[in-house]
Amino acid sequence: MERQTEETIEAELTGLREQYRDLGIFGLERIIAQRAAEEKHLASIYLLIDKRGVPIAGNLPAWPTDVETVSNRFRFSLDLPGSSGPRRFLGRSVELDQGFLLVARDIEDKLRTQTLLVNAIALGSGLMLVFGVIGGFVMSRWMLTRIESINRATGQIMAGDLGRRIAVDGSGDEFDELATNLNAMLERIERLLAGMREVTDNIAHDLRTPLTRLRSRLEVALMKDIDPSRTRQLLEETASDAEGLIATFNALMNIARAEAGEQRASWELVDLGELVQDIFDLYEPLAEERDIGLALENAAGITVAGNRQMLAQALANLTDNAIKYTPEGGHVTLAAAQTREQARRIARITVSDDGPGIPPEMRQKALERFVRLEPERHTPGNGLGLSLVSAVAKLHDARLELADNEPGLRVSLVFERPVETAPPGA
Amino acid sequence: MSGMKVLVIEDDVAAASYMVRGLEESGHVASVAHDGRDGLMLAASQTFDVLVIDRMLPGLDGLGVIRTLRATGNRTPVLVLSALGNVDDRVEGLKVGGDDYLVKPYAFSELLARLEALTRRGQPNAEQAPTTQLRYSDLSMDLLGRRVERRGKRIDLQPREFRLLEVLLRHPEQVLTRTMLLEKVWDYRFDPQTNIIDVHISRLRQKIDRDFEPPLIQTVRGSGYALRIPDQTA
Ligand SMILES: Nc1ncnc2c1ncn2[C@@H]1O[C@H](COP(=O)(O)OP(=O)(O)OP(=O)(O)O)[C@@H](O)[C@H]1O
Ligand SMILES: [Mg+2]
Repeated sequence: MERQTEETIEAELTGLREQYRDLGIFGLERIIAQRAAEEKHLASIYLLIDKRGVPIAGNLPAWPTDVETVSNRFRFSLDLPGSSGPRRFLGRSVELDQGFLLVARDIEDKLRTQTLLVNAIALGSGLMLVFGVIGGFVMSRWMLTRIESINRATGQIMAGDLGRRIAVDGSGDEFDELATNLNAMLERIERLLAGMREVTDNIAHDLRTPLTRLRSRLEVALMKDIDPSRTRQLLEETASDAEGLIATFNALMNIARAEAGEQRASWELVDLGELVQDIFDLYEPLAEERDIGLALENAAGITVAGNRQMLAQALANLTDNAIKYTPEGGHVTLAAAQTREQARRIARITVSDDGPGIPPEMRQKALERFVRLEPERHTPGNGLGLSLVSAVAKLHDARLELADNEPGLRVSLVFERPVETAPPGA
Repeated sequence: MSGMKVLVIEDDVAAASYMVRGLEESGHVASVAHDGRDGLMLAASQTFDVLVIDRMLPGLDGLGVIRTLRATGNRTPVLVLSALGNVDDRVEGLKVGGDDYLVKPYAFSELLARLEALTRRGQPNAEQAPTTQLRYSDLSMDLLGRRVERRGKRIDLQPREFRLLEVLLRHPEQVLTRTMLLEKVWDYRFDPQTNIIDVHISRLRQKIDRDFEPPLIQTVRGSGYALRIPDQTA
């Protein structure tokens, strides 16, 4: 949880440094004064001092005594008016040409939440334990030892060691059952937390940089002595930052929605041949413009139950990738086909290209959110296209296959249970 | 075009006032209601060209407002705004009588273009009109014979180019955003990562505008495209 705070601080310092570069120490002073004034509850702390240590702006009267002027990461506590007891802060300080800058955030609530969570787990296991004990009526010494060991384990978990598990001795008695259940519960909590952290970290990471840039631009635009044409330019840049943010946000929401599976209610019969034809039509002019031969291999009458819009978007993302990553003069093929696999009928839609492909060991990675394999390449993108494809595949119980097209990449969505449709004319 | 009279029913005060300012700066007249009941009263007591209704309102919710309006015979076009963007939600919004649906956050230009499209519905060239001929300036389209002519000269179009031009001709002198075109021509509602629509437009321009004067397909910066004779300020 602290990583996120660190990243926020980092992003903020980057933004402030940019402003220092653009506007000098007085510009920075004004921005800091403004931010400090907004911080009524002192959730964020800012302090700018000069080289002699004299404060220039900020919401802290003086540099905290136990904090270095340049430190990548430090913690300190402050007694704030109106707060019961000291609050803990996480911060970072950097050196500028003309002074030092400190940015810190209140992490007291976060730390408390963490403790609360751990306590809740402990309480849960404690209760189960008590009932377990009441259930038995003889308190043998052996039982006491077992309880003692479970107690010790829950104590450690309570102290924050979420990876800790309770020993199972294999005897299969009630204690073992209890321990197994507790372990399963811990496992699930840990996995949920990890998943949550991963998603929020990713979103935070990708949205934070553009958000910080946006805020800096706005702050500069709001300064009174800046000339109107520059203001206009800044505002235009801000608008395009915001547009990019919204696009990223929407892509993330789409993925989340597909993952949540909430759209199953509106499923319809989707003709895969028509779908592939539509996407072919949509992308054919673009392919031609990029000098890429786009081909269509289509079979009629293949139907699956699904969400037409989401399937179309998945296919569009794959086609977009194929056209984007295949060099000029290359070939891309869109196909819908029905085949047999171990005597079962399966349907597949496939996008194949003869571009650089993705090495086998990278294929799983490429499906993750925000992963771009060669970001140095000058192609636009967020690394969210394949994540959506993967989520849409899961939503439809379809298998997503990335294979070598020798050369190039071949991506298929394999539907194990296409809808049986009457043969034409029947 | 002359200004539209718009009623905005939106409980988010800041969002509503921003919308009103944008509409007024674009030459339209806007009124605001901050909850469903007030909105319903206003809509019933005055005539508007189009209503913008937020889906989630305190008291009587957005869908309830639309249902009530329709039940009392009010046919004013409605654009539903929503923070929920899933398919079911959209279908539901249209089912109770909404005419279009826009997900927050949206670009103001998108909202404006959609409102203008909605208010043009009742006019000639509009989507429901049972017409077999569409024309704009010296450009004409015969829907039955699938023929397109400009200044009497026949132009050959591929089916998708034909459909694209048809949509433009049904909304003359009106901005159509890229998402609107993707929706109306292909019936898909997603953010294409690359601007595929631009490429389709440039193909169509090759056939409609290259050999003729003046060019009719105009790019509207920051918004989309419009079929419009240049210099004719709308
Ligand atoms: N057809 C392909 N050929 C070669 N590499 C590919 C291909 N498709 C995807 N990749 C690699 O996988 C990475 C992830 O793809 P993905 O579609 O998720 O993101 P993106 O295309 O970079 O951005 P976005 O789709 O969000 O615009 C790409 O950055 C690219 O390196
Ligand atoms: Mg992509």
